[in-house]
Amino acid sequence: MAGIEEILAGKGVCICAGSGGVGKTTTSAAIAAGMAARGRKVAVLTIDPAKRLADSLGLPELGNTERQVDPELFRSLGIDTGGGELWAMMLDAKATFDEVVRRHAPDEETRDRILSNRIYQQLSAALAGSQEYMAMEKLFEIWAEERYDLLVLDTPPSRNALDFLDAPRRLTQFIEGRALQVFMRPTGFGMRVFGRGASVAFGVMRRITGVNLLEDLAEFFQAFSGMVGGFRERARRVNDLLADPGTCFLVVCGPQGEPIEEAVYFHHRLAEAKLPFGGVIVNRVHYESELPEPEPGLAEALAEALGDEDLARRVLANYDDYRALAARDRRNIRHLSRELRAQAVIQVPALDEDVHDLAGLMEINRYLFASDTAERERIAARTATGG
Amino acid sequence: MIEPLRDLLDKRLVFVTGKGGVGKSTVAIALGIAGARAGKRTIVCEVSAQEHTSRVFHRAHVGFHEVEMDENLWAISIDPDESMREYLLIQLKVRAMRDLLVRSRIFSYLAAATPGLRELVTIGKIWELAQPNRKVKKANRYDLVVVDAPATGHGVGFLQTPRTFANIARVGPIKSQAETLERFLLDHRKTGVAIVSLPEEMAVNESAQLERTLAEDVGMAVDRVYMNALYPERFSEGEAKRLRAASENGGAVAAACRAALSERRRAESQREQLARLEELVAAPVRTLPFVFAPELTLEHISALAEAA
Repeated sequence: MAGIEEILAGKGVCICAGSGGVGKTTTSAAIAAGMAARGRKVAVLTIDPAKRLADSLGLPELGNTERQVDPELFRSLGIDTGGGELWAMMLDAKATFDEVVRRHAPDEETRDRILSNRIYQQLSAALAGSQEYMAMEKLFEIWAEERYDLLVLDTPPSRNALDFLDAPRRLTQFIEGRALQVFMRPTGFGMRVFGRGASVAFGVMRRITGVNLLEDLAEFFQAFSGMVGGFRERARRVNDLLADPGTCFLVVCGPQGEPIEEAVYFHHRLAEAKLPFGGVIVNRVHYESELPEPEPGLAEALAEALGDEDLARRVLANYDDYRALAARDRRNIRHLSRELRAQAVIQVPALDEDVHDLAGLMEINRYLFASDTAERERIAARTATGG
Repeated sequence: MIEPLRDLLDKRLVFVTGKGGVGKSTVAIALGIAGARAGKRTIVCEVSAQEHTSRVFHRAHVGFHEVEMDENLWAISIDPDESMREYLLIQLKVRAMRDLLVRSRIFSYLAAATPGLRELVTIGKIWELAQPNRKVKKANRYDLVVVDAPATGHGVGFLQTPRTFANIARVGPIKSQAETLERFLLDHRKTGVAIVSLPEEMAVNESAQLERTLAEDVGMAVDRVYMNALYPERFSEGEAKRLRAASENGGAVAAACRAALSERRRAESQREQLARLEELVAAPVRTLPFVFAPELTLEHISALAEAA
């Protein structure tokens, strides 16, 4: 099945989604580096790069703006990028939220009221979907500037990959929501909207929360109400970008049962939301081509070759362990391919060492950018034989 | 029971935390099993509706109910909306008042929109489970509550929630209740924290960062860091030489020897990460072995409970 370059042909935005701990950040960096090596001007927006990887790319401090990876790093690996560039930035959700407030506040007073509100200061990170939404907001901002051929977004670590899809809706609901309307009218707490029961309910709530907290909340919601129009329009455009044919969602997962099920579910949700799906990348796969079927008499042959029966036994036990993992991975990936009806499933093997530099990313890219599954099998087999 | 675990299992409340995909749920269930085996009435709390515990025990989903899994071992999946309802029941003694609030649309809009409130009521429910005198009528009394905490993305927002609300509310019932929660969380005799890590560079860095943030921003000391899924060291340096020689030829012998060499390289790079972790964190580090099995079963997790 197709490689990353084919999947991303004609695409301006690539969104890597998936649950935590599946190698999403490394995959995003590898895709960005691979596309830069193929002549594109690419920016990767990441959440929290491994420090050693960031250091080795010459990016010790990634702020909320993009920085370029030294082209010399590509040249030192013998790669001619042909004008391609790799840029990286680290998302700062709070700083981005502040920018959003500055942009949408109708006047300076509203802006300052929000930025200085205690609930905004302490809890904006806990606003449903705000981390995820701010990642998309930043993506949209950079995309609108049209400075890159391709943007690669590494989505924030969340409990659940779906949080990301729901983020614009949830945050728009918050901004537009009834909770705001309750507080829109400074007197009587929205009596006309909710009728007479409302003031009684507020009375009870005040008993639970204390007067101050309720007032601070009222202030917080009221301040946001001034931003509804601008924010709604922006969120609509962000949503349009996600659904644009020039955008591509890649699902990143691991080969175990649970991540595979999540990937299947996520693909289903993307299809439901009519968002452009590009393929699934399965990381840390145990390739069976590295581990051929043991022949009969292997134990004896090993003992003879190694001149040590105990060592031969352990080598065989180790081999069986890996073959069991490879068999599981094959089963799970076959299930995944069936569920996706033969759309791209790219398998990246479990490498012997952590990826911590551009050379490591390029090693991953041999698999990501290979033209089909058969070629990946060959690369894995060749690597295993030291070829 | 294994001696060194006692300090952690002697707490009333243990949070198992770490970044996504490191095996928090597995370690939380293993600690739950270890607690139950030590004769403690133990409950494992999940907060992400993933029902890991009920699945491991081949049970129906537990939801917001305390369901017995095994001798001395219960499980619950904490739902913020249910926690909120229960909180109101306990808080508002006058039935008419709470009926009014539960039915009130304004209240449900506000409760859903107020940032951090879901986290606050979730921690409130966890605290309630850990009380010797439960607020919920006729409820079980537990010796140990193990929490499979939400994955830490940025920072430690979840555990910080009580303090944040205590600060914001200034005066009133929410403030005093948030302070009660915070006191319990920061009481190191009662509440413990275990971080789960993996033998990978990024996971090790994040664990060290998490321990620092917990200490500096929340005021919680970490009791133990688990290095999870550590490969065995099956082959020595001397053996590696012989394996290399035998991997030169083709065929299955060479393939098996290459797999052994690959295992050795992985085990070696993992030992480097283990050494880094031990250097970077202040809490004692314990290792849990990688389980070579297609999927983790109750049997595997019970074995991990011995090692935990």
